Amino acid sequence: MTDTPVVRAVNLVKIYQTGALPVPAVRGADLTVDAGEFVAIMGPSGSGKSTLIHMLGGLDTRTSGEIWLDGRRADTLSESGWAVLRREKIGFVFQFFNLVASMTVADNVELPALLGGAPPRQARERREYLLGELGLADRADASPAQLSGGEQQRVALARALANQPRLLLADEPTGNLDSRNTRDVLRLLGKVHTQGQTIVLVTHDARVASMADRVVSLLDGQIVDDGAIPKSRRRPAGGVGDVVELRS
Amino acid sequence: MRQSLLALLAKEPAHGYELKQALETIFGSAYPSPNIGQIYVTLGRLEKDGFVRSVDVEQANRPNKKVYYITATGREALETWVEEPTEGPRVRDEFFMKLVLAPMTGLSDRMALMNRQRRHYLALMRDLRELADQTDPANRVALLLIEGAMLHLQADLDWLERCQEDLP
Ligand SMILES: Nc1ncnc2c1ncn2[C@@H]1O[C@H](COP(=O)(O)OP(=O)(O)O)[C@@H](O)[C@H]1O
Ligand SMILES: [Mg+2]
Repeated sequence: MTDTPVVRAVNLVKIYQTGALPVPAVRGADLTVDAGEFVAIMGPSGSGKSTLIHMLGGLDTRTSGEIWLDGRRADTLSESGWAVLRREKIGFVFQFFNLVASMTVADNVELPALLGGAPPRQARERREYLLGELGLADRADASPAQLSGGEQQRVALARALANQPRLLLADEPTGNLDSRNTRDVLRLLGKVHTQGQTIVLVTHDARVASMADRVVSLLDGQIVDDGAIPKSRRRPAGGVGDVVELRS
Repeated sequence: MRQSLLALLAKEPAHGYELKQALETIFGSAYPSPNIGQIYVTLGRLEKDGFVRSVDVEQANRPNKKVYYITATGREALETWVEEPTEGPRVRDEFFMKLVLAPMTGLSDRMALMNRQRRHYLALMRDLRELADQTDPANRVALLLIEGAMLHLQADLDWLERCQEDLP
């Protein structure tokens, strides 16, 4: 392990040119994420969160600026260069899952590990572990179309973690989950983070964001805040006394 | 706390320490452990208002203990409390006041205030998550209380985001 950051983005800009007017979605973002760090990206809808995280995963091309992953310049890579890099180093959870419709849940989750060269037995064991952690052990043989939105989203997370990637990127990974399923996802994120997983995720959910070491806030395509979530000042030993306020 | 004590006494007479223990058992770690002095002060007020009365019960080798019981007036007050609709959450929020007034003080800009507050809310959320993890899964009351606090915190964060979008 080195001190090279896992992610380094320098003055990253994205201007969409689809309609008549150019849309500046990300306007000069600088971001560094060290190995083992967990960074939450927050911000109003339309502030550029998805665009930023897509660029970091090579799923959207940048307009200008630099992206370095694990010490290697990545923004200049070709599409196939990015594909290789993603297969080797990045797990990506899309806002809208993107599972392979013609494959079972189990195969969807095992595929990245197999593509990454893992022996089949190891891929299967990892898949069983991840689906178990996410309460999906009994859905392994289902096809994605038979799953609810929340189940598909958890499968997408399992798939992204199958390969124990250098970097996990996730765009609103609990957006479709109810409270109990969110708890399963939180527990798994907490576990892999403790094991050293580097995580950058976009979320509106304060429970998810509160797992992070750092929060990055976007507004109108710019990073307006980037810093650690502080230790709370009134940390009582046994229980939090002010969940409810006593009135006499 | 007045109403919680009345409700407990509506079930059965009790002395101060028993009331303290009952509150702790019902609400678990999510509830600030009530201080015994506070309980006696509240009981004293309830007695003055005619909602409860007390009798001294003699104990062998120990000072008398005061057992409280609810009166008919107390029961009526309790019924009214249970049946009337409860006020919604606060409408005056201290942070919002700071935010609106900050530019006038020249001390801090809004962006810095909002960013600091967001991190603070997330720190509180982390505490609540840890508290939920430490709470006995069988204690539904305590867990629901924590979940309620989390939902309020989420709403505060969403509101903060709206402020950040709309306040110049
Ligand atoms: N493919 C696209 N073509 C044109 N504009 C886009 C495209 N994707 C996103 N945008 C615009 O870029 C801005 C940022 O979008 P996005 O990154 O999706 O924000 P967020 O994820 O924070 O909601 C928005 O104004 C959005 O309308
Ligand atoms: Mg988005």
